[in-house]
Order: sequence, then C-alpha cells, then structure tokens
Amino acid sequence: MRSPRHAVVVAASLALAGCEGWQSSLDPKGPHASAIHDLFWFFTAVCALVWALVVLALAWALWRRRGLRPDPLSIQGGRERRLTIVVSTLVALTGVTLIGLTIASYASQRRLFGPQEARLTIRITGHQWWWDAVYEDPDPQRTFSTANEIHVPVNQPVLLKLEASDVIHSLWVPSLAGKQDLIPGRQNLLTIQADRAGVYRGQCAEFCGWQHAHMGFLVVAQPQQDFDAWRNQQIVARAPPDDELRKQGEGVFLSSTCVTCHTVRGAGAGGRVGPDLTHVGGRQYIAAGALRMSAEALAAWIVDPQGVKPGVHMPATPLRPDQVQPLAAYLEGLK
Amino acid sequence: MSEASVRPAKDVRDTQLDAAELHARLARTWGSGRGLLAALSTVDHKIIGRRYIVTAFLFLFLAGLSAVAMRLQLARPESALMGPDLYNQLFTMHGTTMMFLFAVPVMEAFAVYLVPLMVGTRNIAFPRLNAFSYYVYVFGGLMLWVAFALNIGPDTGWFAYVPLSGPENSPGKRVDFWAQMITFTEVAALAVSVEIITTVFKQRAPGMTLDRLPLSVWTQLVTAFVVIFAMPAVMLASTMLILDRLVETHFFNPAEGGDALLWQHMFWFFGHPEVYIIFLPATGFVSSIVVTFSRRPMFGYLPMVLSVISVGFLSFGLWVHHMFTAGVPQLGASFFTGASMLIAIPNGVQIFCWIATLWDGKPVFRTPLLFALGFIVIFVIGGLTGVMVASVPIDTQVHDTYFVVAHFHYVLIGGAVFPLLGAVYYWFPKLTGRMMSERLGTWHFWLAFVSFNVAFFPMHILGLQGMPRRVYAYQAEMGWGPLNLLVTIGAAFFFLSFVLFLWNAVTSLRAGAPAGDNPWDAGTLEWATSSPPSPQNFDRIPFVTHREPLWAQRDALTVVAGLAVDHREVLVTSVTEARPDLRETSPAPSIWPFVSAIAVGATFIASIFTPWGVVWGAAPVGVALICWFWPKGAPEDEE
Amino acid sequence: MTRGALMLLCASLLVGACERERREFRRDPVVASDEDKITMSSISPGGGQPAAQSSARAKEFENNAYHVSQGKKYYTWFNCNGCHSNGGGGSGPPLMDDTWIYGGSMENIVRTIKEGRPNGMPSFRDRIPDDQIWELAAYVRSMGRAIPQDVAPGRNDDMHPRPAENRQPYVTPIPGGSTPPSGLAPQ
Repeated sequence: MRSPRHAVVVAASLALAGCEGWQSSLDPKGPHASAIHDLFWFFTAVCALVWALVVLALAWALWRRRGLRPDPLSIQGGRERRLTIVVSTLVALTGVTLIGLTIASYASQRRLFGPQEARLTIRITGHQWWWDAVYEDPDPQRTFSTANEIHVPVNQPVLLKLEASDVIHSLWVPSLAGKQDLIPGRQNLLTIQADRAGVYRGQCAEFCGWQHAHMGFLVVAQPQQDFDAWRNQQIVARAPPDDELRKQGEGVFLSSTCVTCHTVRGAGAGGRVGPDLTHVGGRQYIAAGALRMSAEALAAWIVDPQGVKPGVHMPATPLRPDQVQPLAAYLEGLK
Repeated sequence: MSEASVRPAKDVRDTQLDAAELHARLARTWGSGRGLLAALSTVDHKIIGRRYIVTAFLFLFLAGLSAVAMRLQLARPESALMGPDLYNQLFTMHGTTMMFLFAVPVMEAFAVYLVPLMVGTRNIAFPRLNAFSYYVYVFGGLMLWVAFALNIGPDTGWFAYVPLSGPENSPGKRVDFWAQMITFTEVAALAVSVEIITTVFKQRAPGMTLDRLPLSVWTQLVTAFVVIFAMPAVMLASTMLILDRLVETHFFNPAEGGDALLWQHMFWFFGHPEVYIIFLPATGFVSSIVVTFSRRPMFGYLPMVLSVISVGFLSFGLWVHHMFTAGVPQLGASFFTGASMLIAIPNGVQIFCWIATLWDGKPVFRTPLLFALGFIVIFVIGGLTGVMVASVPIDTQVHDTYFVVAHFHYVLIGGAVFPLLGAVYYWFPKLTGRMMSERLGTWHFWLAFVSFNVAFFPMHILGLQGMPRRVYAYQAEMGWGPLNLLVTIGAAFFFLSFVLFLWNAVTSLRAGAPAGDNPWDAGTLEWATSSPPSPQNFDRIPFVTHREPLWAQRDALTVVAGLAVDHREVLVTSVTEARPDLRETSPAPSIWPFVSAIAVGATFIASIFTPWGVVWGAAPVGVALICWFWPKGAPEDEE
Repeated sequence: MTRGALMLLCASLLVGACERERREFRRDPVVASDEDKITMSSISPGGGQPAAQSSARAKEFENNAYHVSQGKKYYTWFNCNGCHSNGGGGSGPPLMDDTWIYGGSMENIVRTIKEGRPNGMPSFRDRIPDDQIWELAAYVRSMGRAIPQDVAPGRNDDMHPRPAENRQPYVTPIPGGSTPPSGLAPQ
C-alpha cells in the first residue's frame, strides 16, 4: 500500500520528468553534487578570467602601434629584458593560480571521499543493460532485490557497493553525486545523499555495448517514513492476483519463457538472469528507463524487445495475442 | 675514411664541378627514376613524406565523414537513422582513424618531409626503413577500412576497454582487426621516430649546434622520444588483448588472476602521451609560423625548448586522470591531479612566448598566421577545461560525458588541426612550388573557426546537463535535442570548411601563383632550396652560423664542400656541436622495403585468424629482410 | 602479383566476413516463422541414421559469431550446465565430444532441445523462443568444434575447466552412442 505522500512524490516526479535538471550536474540536489558544483563554478570563473586575459593580451600584441622593423634580427636588449620580466611574472602567476586550484581541488576531494557513515547499504550490480539493486540487511529475511529504480531516505548518506557482472559500467546520478565505475572482479564504493525528496535520473556513463544509451536508473528520494513503508512493501512477496485477467496473466508468465530469467517472489518464478519483477508494477519505468511504465509499454516490450532496444539480451517471447494482454496486466499489477 | 686517403678516380667531388653541372649530376645520383617499380622503390624522404601527408589527409576525410554520420544520427532524439551496431562501429572508426591513422601519422609525415630539409641534409637517416614504415602504415589503415566496409569494423571504441572488447563480449573478428591495426601503425610510428632522432642527432648541417636547431625540429625530436617510450605500451596491450581473444590467455580475466584495469593502465600509459605526440609537433608548426610572420626571432628560445622537453617528460605522469572514476586510491589520484596541473605551466610558457614574439614583432596577417592565432584562442579553452578535468571531484561529474568530448576536441582540433592547417598553408609552396589562394584561405579560416565553436562549445553544456558519451540515441524527455541539433549544424559547416580547404589545395596545385624559393621571407634552411626541392635537397650543404640562417646571411649561405657527387653521400656530424665527423653512404632505392611491408602485413593479418600465421609469415618476412639487407659494399666499407 | 594476392585475400574476407559478423538482433518474421520441415532422427537412440541435412537457417546461425556467442550466454543463463556441465556431461551426456546420440546436425540438436529426449532431457518448446534454441544449438555444436574456428567463441571471463571453444581441435560429428547416463542411474 502506498501512502498518499508517496503518491505525491510520484506525481511530482512525473511532472518533473522532462524538465531541466532531473539528470543534470548543474542542478545539484545533494551535498556531494553541491560541493562539486561549487568547485566547478570556482574553476570555471578562474579559467574564464585566464582565457579572457590571454585573448586580450593576444589582441593587444597584434594590434598595438609600432614602428618599422626593416631587419627581423634587430632586437633591442632593453625591450627583451622587459619582456623577460613580464613573461616570467606571468608564468609565476600561472603557477600560483594552479597551486590555488589544486588546493581547492584537494580540499574538496578530501571532503567528498573521506570516511562516511551510512545506515543504508545497497549493492548494485551492472548488467548489460540494466541495474540490479540488492538492499542489504543483517537480517537475511529483510534483504531484497529490485532493479533500475532505488528508493532512498532523504538527508541520509546511502552507501552503494558497485559491482559488475559482465563489462564495465559506470553509475552516474548527476544531481546527487559524481560517477563511479562498476568493474568486474572489483567492488567500488560510492556514497550518495539527497537533500530533498524527488526523483533523480541516472545513466550508465561507461560505454558498455549496444544499449549503453538506454541504461537508465532512477533514484527516488523519500522522507524516512515513506521510505520505510516502501521498503517493507518490497520485502514481502507479490500479492496474489485478484482478478481473472491477472490470474490468467500469471499463468502465462509461469508457462512461458519469462520464468526462465525473471523472479516473481511468491509466484514460483525464480530466474536470476533478468531483473526481479516481484514489484515491477510499482516502478516508474521499464527496460532500464527506456519506456514509461504502463500495460501497453509492457506488452510492446515483451513482444518486441529488439525493436525497443536493439541488441538487448532479452529475446522476443512468442505469445499469442490473447496471452499478451493478460500478461501485461499481470505485470503492471505487481505493485 | 679520412679525407687524406687516396680516392678512386671515379670518385667525383663537388669541388670539381660548376654549379649547373653539379646540380644536374646530383639530381641524377639522388633521383628516384621513372616507372611503377621505381615509384615503389623510392627512398626519397620528400616523396615518401608527400605520400604520407596525402594518405593521412585521406583518412582525415574518412574519419570526418563518419563524424558527420554520427552527428546526423544525434541531431534529434531517438533518431531511427541507424542502429547501435552501426553507430558503435562509426564512433570507433572515427576515434581510431583520427588518432592512429591521421593525427600521429600526419605529424610524422611532416617530420619526414621537413626535418631533413630543416637540418640541411640530403636524405633522412635509414631511408629504406622510412619507405617500409609508410607501406606498413598504409596497409594497416587499408586493412581497417576494408574490414569496416565488410562489416568487420571494430565496435568497442578507440580505447577498446576490456572486458567489453574481450573474447566473451565481442564475438567475431572485429576487435582482432582493431588490435592488429594498432600493431601496424605503431610499427610505422616507431620506425619514423628512430629515423627522426638519428637524423636530428647525426645529420645536421655543420654549425647547426643544438641551440641553433629550429623549434619545429626540437618538437619533432622530443615527440620521437615520447613515441619510443609510449607506443610499446599500447602494442603490448593490444597484443595481450589479441592473445586473450585467440589463444585463451588470461591477462584481463579477473577470475584467473588477470585484471580488467590492467588494460586501462597500459592503454592510457600510451594514451596520454599520445595527446602530446600529436600536440608537440603542432606547437613546432606554430613556432615556425609565428616567427616568420611576426618578422622576429622567437622570444625565449631556451624556455621554449625546455618547455617542450618538460612536456615530453610530464606527459608520462598523467595517465591516471583518465581513470579517476575507476576506483583508484585517492592518494594516487591526487598525485595525478598535481601532475596534470603542473603540465599547464610549460604549456603556459609557450603561449606567453608566442604572444611576446607577436607583441615585439610586426605581424603579417596571412592565412598561416590566422590559423596560428585561431590555435591560441581555441587551444587555451581546451587547456583550461583540461585543468578542470584534472581535479578529481570535477572529473567525477564530467568524465565520460560530452563535456570531455568538447574538451579534447578543443585540445586536438584547436591544438593540432588548426596548426596543421596553418602548416599546410605555410609549407604548401615548398612542397608544390605554388602558393595557395589567400582569399579562399581567409574564408576557410573564418568558416572553420566559427563552425568549430558552434559545433563543439555547446557540447560542454550538454555534458554538464548529463549527456554521456558514446550514446547512439537519447530520449526526447532528456531535453538535449535543441543543443544537439545546433552541434550537428556546426559540424556540417565544419566539414564544409574542409571541403573548401580541399578545393583550395587542388586548384592551387594546378594554377596557384608560382612560389619561388622563399615566398614568406622565412629564416630556416628548408627555404634555402628550390620549391619543390630537387632530389638532393641542397646542391651544397650549408654551413650554419645562426638560428635563422636565411635572415643572418641574406645574400648567400656559407657552404661546405667535398662531398661525393656520383654516389649518395651524406655528411655525418657530431651530436651537440654539429662538427663534421665523416661522410657516410646513404642507401639507394630498393623494392625490398615494399616487399617486406607486404610480408609483414600478410603475417599480421593471418595471425588474426590463426596463431600459425606468425610461424608461416616468418618465412617470407625473413626472405624479404635478407634481400633488403644483403651487403652490397658501400664505398667507405671498401676503402 | 603481390597486389593480386592482397586483393584475393580481401575478396576471401568478403565472402567469409559478411556472414560471420552480422548482428541480426531482430530476425525477419517471415524467416523466423519458417518451421523446420525436415524429419529428424527417431526418438530412440542408436536406431537408424539421423537426417544430417543442413538447411539455410542452420548455416545462418552456425556461421554467425554473434548468434553463437549469444548461444553461449543462454547456455549458462538457461542452466544447461546443470545437467551437461561445461560440456563434459553430468547427469546429461557430454556435448564436447564427437558422439551425438540423436544426431549432430543443427536440426537434430534443435529438435532435441525443443522436443526433449527420453531419460531426462526436458522439452523446451514454449520455454525458449525459437531463435534462441537455434543459437543454443549453434553454440552446442561449437563445443565440439563442429563449426568454423573463426566463429567459435573465445574464453569467458571466469574460471576455466576446459579449453575455450575456439581452441578445441576440429571434430567430425559421429551419430550414435549409448543411452545418456541418467537412464542408467538408479531411480
């Protein structure tokens, strides 16, 4: 069951979708992204000033008034000395500027990557081309898996353990933090934190094959109590379908290809190849951010995944037209 | 060996002949002859250099076309123009061709053509190796593009990160062709570097001490050293990759003790110096152009030389800044932040010295100078965004986004292509004997300058707005559509500017104004000979007394005498002082470098399909090399 | 002469390359619906020669590196190694040897996967889409190196119990062999 506030968040996020800033490092919504944002503008201001001065100096050098120079080799010692002093001073100033920028960078780096406490740990595994998210908990009963959309409580640092199952991916939610690669054979760590409730989009940033372009990711930041409600709801198995159409849909799901790769906890489907679909209907997007969630989108995706995301590893499932609608309705109902 | 030894009667020296006779006989001795066989056998650095330049520009056009195709795809959201398979091949071909088949070879091409002329010698050192390197390069490039035409184009990016390019995730032969292309072009690059270093150290005209060496030659010298230390890393990496793919080694397999990050370290240990391999020669072009057109010797010659050398050294300490998001330890990353910031200082020194030279000189605004000025304006932006991405926190946001795409196009197009175009306008009269059109050149410059900025500046913003690199499509709701359309328009006009350039070059080649020996009234030695230079380069080897010899001795250069006329003889001088040491025979034309290149190429290609290719290929390679090096007895060996 | 050789080499690449390198994500539906018409081996092992006829569709899959490598992925994902291990066989017969109880042609293998076989091999009809069965069959053939070496997959990024498919010596499939081990095992 979703709380009303949850519904508000979702509605707000839908309104926000498409607006400037839901995947933008220029619109930071967390302390990490804000710190980088400030550093970025400091660097930009200094660099823009340096560039302007260089171009002005160049313009002056080109168009200043000067006398004739019949012999290119006639060089005045005094002028040469003055130029030497000017150039040396400029080089020294460059050095000082660079030292200043370096110190600013180090300070920011120390703040960002220093030791941080996190109460919530999510293990994220990159696959071609989707994200598997496992909410870790000391109690194995409370560990659960979801995909392509994670929920986090606001104002709390969340530790992401990043792993990859096939090739290198990179997790990047620009509004919350910088990116971090997911590398096979390693585990990288990234801390994210959202200051405000909202939906922030991320995307794979390391080239990972055909569908690198469609490997999206949502971070839904919620107030603590909404987050807890969401989490408790995710932990439980799927609710049995309550109408005829959906019951029929579950039958189709369990008797077709789907079950080979996908898990629906409680329905007896335990495939571990594709995303966990136990609560897929509660997500805002399917196919790693490629399509907005709806029964129609699900049907389109199941019947022709290669048309939506060419090269994706999910095969087209041969279904009769009278099977598609119940299946899509069933999946959409898995809130 | 000594001058006093008794000479055979046949040995005619240049002291015995008058100017016209000397010119004709030298041209006969050093000429390449006619016919297909002679064309393939030639060892004349000017002919090979010219072929190198033309070939590299052909690859530039191919890579530019693939860029235009990509921009058409990205002009609007979720465009259905092409699928990810073709797009991935296109951006891989674009990057690979630009870096390995255009940028590095074209800089080396200019070195091959100009360095012997600038240091005042008759041919490059190891001229047959030079011919061999050209053919190997051509075969490597042809192989890659033929493969692309056959749908075997590599599709994992010019960086080919494992495990994506590894055996599990890239089936077929596409990546194998890419890896072998690396081997081809690196063999060629290493060969040229050895020639350049030897030519500069041992074949300078007498009197051209190291502190009279033109800055252009200094940059080529430092670049050659950087090539020698950087390129083996990528050859090793690509060989390990192909071994992983073909014979099941486990260099990059974490489950068997390999490491996926090892590839990145080795690739970028080459990949960062690569940027300077491309950029340093371009700064040499800028120095030549700035000096000539501001009518003043370079201000701060010594700091310039020291900057170039220190950039060469520092370029090896930056590679990890390509891997800041890969999970390297923060302390290590900080070191590379520091080093990346540091390299801005020598580059700053160069910029300040150019501006000071222009300030004190009297600038003559011709097309080459326009491109050099465009270079300063654009490159400084690229350099400053480079300072930004050197900072770890900023890099975690902009890494692998269009911000970085914008950054390195500002560095590489601004820092290398603009100087290169300036260099073409500058040396075209020397290469062809004709001037390029000044009017078209001005149009070309302004079209290129404006459209470049329209095409690439908005990419900074796109990157900050969250657009990652190497995406074949993006969703309309991301809001990147309008800026991408603008970028595509800019890119189309930028491509047009190159068409204009090509038009200018072709028409000027046919009907440009005759140039004369020294149309720009420049000061370095390549302008002391005819345009285009005769096969022997100089009838008499000049004796250098000044950094700008043609400005110091306006009427006639002092020359040295005593070289043989009837066989190819070059003067070998000491490394620092350029004191004449000995006369050395320079190799005559031979078809065997060409045959060897074919044998080597066939071996490389065969090894893509079977490891036995290396074994079978060894035989023809061995035979070709034996014929190539069969001792024929140089005159000095027989004395 | 040498140039001719180079041209010849390029031409031979042209012939070999197109098929090997095509990435056909979404096959033409008309082709895809083409149900295999060839009669396969009898259901019981050992009896009679299975038809070793090879259709155009078989060639399309087994000469294409993309399909074979996808087959390799699905082989693990669909848990084929649960019974057949990495090809060495477990409760199911080995797949990397040259013996094919129910025939070693693409059609035979496809039929085996689709319809199942006695003594344990389940039917995957409707559980695995058609094209993926063909990809699996192509991969299974590559385990015994019955497909060209330049199409066979290289090693995976994991532990290696046996040489990769492209390192296996070529073997000619022999029809025949005994009942699968699970048939002999006590119930």
